[in-house]
Amino acid sequence: MRQRSSQPTGPVADFLAAQESKGLLRFITCGSVDDGKSTLIGRLLYESKQIFDDQLATLSQDSERVGTQGGNLDFALLTDGLQAEREQGITIDVAYRFFSTDRRTFIVADTPGHEQYTRNMVTGASTADLAIVLIDARKGVLTQTRRHSFLVHLLGITNVIVAVNKIDLVDYDSTIFQDIETSYREFSQEFGFTNLSFVPVSALNGDNITTASAAMPWYHGPTLLSILEETDAHVLSHDKPFRMYVQSVSRPNQDFRGYLGFVASGSLSVGDSIQVQPSGKISRVASLPSFDGDRQHVVAGESIQIVLDDEIDISRGDLLCTPESVPDVGNQFEAFMVWTDENQMMPHRSYLLKIGTKTVGVMIDKPKYKINVNTLEHLAASTLELNDIAICNLATDRPVAYDPYVNNRYSGSFVIIDRITSKTVGAGMIRHSLRRDSNISWQHTSIERHHREELNHQRSATVWFTGLSGSGKSTIANALEVRLHAMGLRTYLLDGDNLRHGLTRDLGFTTADRIENLRRASHVAQILNSAGVIVLACFISPFESERTSAKEVIGEENFIEVFVDAPIAVTEKRDPKGLYKKARAGELPNFTGIDSDYERPTSPSIHIHTDELEIDASVEAILQHLRNLLLLP
Amino acid sequence: MKAQSQTQLSHLQLLEAEAIHIIREAVAEAVNPVMLYSIGKDSSVMLHLAQKAFYPAPLPFPLLHVDTTWKFKEMIEFRAKIVDLVGADLLVHQNPECIELGINPFDHGSSVHTDMWKTQGLKQALDKYNFDLAFGGARRDEEKSRAKERVFSFRSDKHVWDPKNQRPELWNIYNARHGAGESIRVFPLSNWTELDVWQYIYLEAIPVVPLYFAKVRPVVERDGMLIMVDDDRMKLRQDESIEQRMVRFRTLGCYPLTGAVESESVDLEGILTELFTATTSERQGRLIDHDGAGSMEKKKIEGYF
Repeated sequence: MRQRSSQPTGPVADFLAAQESKGLLRFITCGSVDDGKSTLIGRLLYESKQIFDDQLATLSQDSERVGTQGGNLDFALLTDGLQAEREQGITIDVAYRFFSTDRRTFIVADTPGHEQYTRNMVTGASTADLAIVLIDARKGVLTQTRRHSFLVHLLGITNVIVAVNKIDLVDYDSTIFQDIETSYREFSQEFGFTNLSFVPVSALNGDNITTASAAMPWYHGPTLLSILEETDAHVLSHDKPFRMYVQSVSRPNQDFRGYLGFVASGSLSVGDSIQVQPSGKISRVASLPSFDGDRQHVVAGESIQIVLDDEIDISRGDLLCTPESVPDVGNQFEAFMVWTDENQMMPHRSYLLKIGTKTVGVMIDKPKYKINVNTLEHLAASTLELNDIAICNLATDRPVAYDPYVNNRYSGSFVIIDRITSKTVGAGMIRHSLRRDSNISWQHTSIERHHREELNHQRSATVWFTGLSGSGKSTIANALEVRLHAMGLRTYLLDGDNLRHGLTRDLGFTTADRIENLRRASHVAQILNSAGVIVLACFISPFESERTSAKEVIGEENFIEVFVDAPIAVTEKRDPKGLYKKARAGELPNFTGIDSDYERPTSPSIHIHTDELEIDASVEAILQHLRNLLLLP
Repeated sequence: MKAQSQTQLSHLQLLEAEAIHIIREAVAEAVNPVMLYSIGKDSSVMLHLAQKAFYPAPLPFPLLHVDTTWKFKEMIEFRAKIVDLVGADLLVHQNPECIELGINPFDHGSSVHTDMWKTQGLKQALDKYNFDLAFGGARRDEEKSRAKERVFSFRSDKHVWDPKNQRPELWNIYNARHGAGESIRVFPLSNWTELDVWQYIYLEAIPVVPLYFAKVRPVVERDGMLIMVDDDRMKLRQDESIEQRMVRFRTLGCYPLTGAVESESVDLEGILTELFTATTSERQGRLIDHDGAGSMEKKKIEGYF
């Protein structure tokens, strides 16, 4: 940030200068329903003079209309911003609030206490330096207190203030406060909170919030606000190794190439060596240009630009570090996962993983175990539901650079994005790499796909038939293969039913098994294509995600999706294998079209309506498409 | 940012770095980004941060002003000056339907006026240019429903915000992925307060519209607010008269809907001193927020910024 060209002087200027150099603390409040989280924040805002007259007027209006404090001001209404929340009197989403004192500026994440909103608490905690855990003095340590404390620990927060609230309702009894402190210290030992303090408060009346309470002469500790002002709590660390994910490469002209990014940890000076991960290439910092003039030294928490001595290949998503202290690089690791979506996690489905600024494809294994957040017990699980927390192995489709989360919050965390809905469906914290991937490398072979294609005098590709059972996939594919064979082309018809006699014999028809079935089939098709063979693949393949994955495994340029479309009334009438009849009788669970969904392809290469088109005409349509793509002689 | 002798960054330095990170991330992930430019102080700060984010390269997106034809004259003059200074591409959109129907705040009331000119106008402009990502200068401290909005806020193909179905936003990892027709609104100043904005303007010497500074201006007291008579389209009611008063504006919008406050603050030092001792919030001067509790949330669901 630039300095003013002419520094103003005088008392106003001095005061402003002091305000500008204040530090920032981000914290979260967590507690059970009705512990008074929102009230506490409302009280902090009120006491630090952050509530203006007009807001106070609205508040007293609201308090009379929907308040729960009799005629008194209901501070919770200040933070429960969404209409649904005000009506139901609960907090359903993370709210961010701001206040400042002469010492510090604060950003507060007010996070809900309801079990179904774990994801919101995790969201709030992910950027916090400190957590206030609220406990109702009348109720003591509850199951939810344990859950919140575990999540605080999981997200790497080590500074915790336990606020024992509603102490006025137990007649300011010191023994109740001490009992709660003892039992909290006991159960939280394993979380290793390095900076743990306890304060008895009444958020509603303001005891020990900003001023020491006359009602509790037995308490000699600091007020809640003074702990917030004095805690030395910084997530951004300057003394850790340098880490910066490249956001973009700036090339305003031929002579300038700057790498933009946010310094997640460490510091960097002009002349320092830089290593690029995952490529491992090394260069040196030539300059650190900025809008406010060239910099000599930058530290964690700044958004910067780096110019290097020589032109090396760096792109968005690469992690810059210093050669003395490099991150892990690999494509398999173990992580704590938090699932944040209503749709359950599908093991082996291909999702997107965004770590830092890099987005790659990823497959998540079946959880090693789930964690019961109330008891911390390990539970067996085959998938993850909304708000589940589990340990999983993940495999990315390209190597990524990362650190364990405990060492570095920003290079150890990632989110999972659904390829189809684009929603953020999960979040994760990396525990450690799985060394097994470093022992598996690609063996280079001299004969490549194009050599084999030349020998066969043909180009290879996969024609992927998708559609309901009985829609005519196998019939059309068979007729097509006969035609291609007659043209002297090498083909193979990969049929879902036939594969189930061998390669996929261990799989059933649950969603998870269908995903694994298609993963195997895609790889077989890819291998056959590499062998120079044209593949005709017939699979119901009911989910868009798996068809997209298949396309990626096989290669978009080799993948022709044929949607064999017939209304279910027609396919059910055809019922060549008698499967619909069994499904209707309840003998075949998870049958596509009956009790399992078929997601219609949105943009297939070819769309065939088999209730209208004859087999020969269908085959001719596909042949024409292949000719257009120059796949046929 | 200037090299620091101390290793601890100030809260403004951290907010600046966060905003630049957000702006760069949005541009890297968007196909066709745009920055909503409303001429106010928040837009001024956002524009300044964008220049910093991409220096020495030019801004990688145009600015879009959704004009209502009812902005203060000084705002429009300032707009021309800044666009020239920064060298930005400016797109101005005025809802043609409003021009045709002559929609105005006096005859149609604040909610119809705001909905038609601003909400519908904005949607039209975003559709017209096919923008898939739009920066806005909104801050979480402005209003309660804003306090819960994500930094990267998803909009459906109808520009609808669904507050109960927001994407979780963890660490500083932002998800800007969206389907065809859907879009993302990005708020780099989410974590700034009004005070932060003014302190930053002071520290960085960022130009702002002179209306923010106190001056003797012609005003009319109407419905408990001081409305400035900016042109002859404002008709006086029977019991009204124009008074010359020393006033300034804490927030800027359409002049008939923006209340002035009496103030002696003629410069930034004055404004900051005033703010440190302020007793009312800045949105108090906004007619559109007084339509009932939850009115901003409702407008946002309908597509308002």
